[in-house]
Amino acid sequence: MARMPVQFRLNGSDRAVFVEPAETLLGTIRRGLGDFAPKFGCGQGTCGVCTVLVDGEPRLGCLTLSVTCEGRSIETASGLADGPTLHPLQAAFMEHFAAQCGFCTPGMLMAAKALLDRNPNPTRVEVVEAIAGNVCRCTGYEPIINAILAAAQQRGVRRA
Amino acid sequence: MPVNVRIVQGLQEAAEILASDRGAQLLGGGTLLVRDINEGVMTDGTLLRAVDPALLAMNTGGARVELGAGVTMAMVLASRDLSYLHAAARGIGGPAVRTTATIGGNLFAATPYGDFTTALLALDAVVTLHAGFGGARVMPLEEMLANRARGGVGLVASVGFSRPAGADAFRFVKVARVRPKGVSVLSIAAHLPQNSGRISGARIAYGAMGPTPLRAKAVERVLEGRSLDASTIAAAKTAALEGTQAATDAIASEWYRREVLPVHLGRLLAGETS
Repeated sequence: MARMPVQFRLNGSDRAVFVEPAETLLGTIRRGLGDFAPKFGCGQGTCGVCTVLVDGEPRLGCLTLSVTCEGRSIETASGLADGPTLHPLQAAFMEHFAAQCGFCTPGMLMAAKALLDRNPNPTRVEVVEAIAGNVCRCTGYEPIINAILAAAQQRGVRRA
Repeated sequence: MPVNVRIVQGLQEAAEILASDRGAQLLGGGTLLVRDINEGVMTDGTLLRAVDPALLAMNTGGARVELGAGVTMAMVLASRDLSYLHAAARGIGGPAVRTTATIGGNLFAATPYGDFTTALLALDAVVTLHAGFGGARVMPLEEMLANRARGGVGLVASVGFSRPAGADAFRFVKVARVRPKGVSVLSIAAHLPQNSGRISGARIAYGAMGPTPLRAKAVERVLEGRSLDASTIAAAKTAALEGTQAATDAIASEWYRREVLPVHLGRLLAGETS
């Protein structure tokens, strides 16, 4: 089967790759482009560890075919930090002990970023809804929810 | 031979490929088909990605609503005009699933999935189909679902239905063990138009109570012409299980589904859930 050319932006950098026709975006990002932040978990759309942003919207990398991403802008957790400066969400996850084993964290961060980019001042219920597709088996979710709310508050303070 | 992907511009071209290639399937958001690839269920064949803008068309402002089959659950949730469908759309996966899961894909989701289709069935929806080399034709959703089990439905281009008469005329509940996101134990949609305080033209549909979403015609007969009072609701609960064919799966047993269906139907009709 002939490989297909795809071009998109990954964390702000233009990338051009050849992919298998049915290759997932997660596979292209990890194996093809060496960004190992998004993880492979269930492959069924259940766990959310592969969550990335496509044109600002949360998508599951394991269920998205790379050929459907032509011309799109892809964001992963690798692109959150600005050099040595962590993104407010990353800092809040650290401060609130929202990561234990860390496997879910890249997906949680991107689901949270999608929320805060759209809704800078979410309620607790909205945070719970935003991460409803992301499974964590370590922290029990409360530290994650608190971290996202704290990051929203901090970003609000910075804007004011 | 591995799975191939073909990008086609027009719906008719896609329909013709589907008719001539038994191994071809239309790719919607990918939440069903790409999962099948990941799990090794689909190892060959062709995925058709149709990029016809008609698939994303939304005509929601008038009495008659038309939604392209490629409209996603997130697009439904973003539409104020479709607020009566928000509960059904919100029940589909998490946010990252809803940005890709399409109405058209939901029509083909195997039980216990397909909750949005349950809502469309209660709205007496019709689908516009492109099948084979002929033109488009319109078919009741109920008939399409019956044909789905036999295969060879064709390409669904859009769904159409009449807007519910009022805010309280359409109700939906999804019963799941995990909140806010979980696979359905069952879902119920009810369209309850009223005329002078009496129900006229009720449509009740169940999800996960049969091989496809199905109409609860016995309940509809009970409700017809009656006011929605305690005795009517009790009669509806008595008729709730008629025609159902619930299955046992990892989410719930057939017994459990049959036990809880009348309870949730009663609550929905009484307005105790939304």
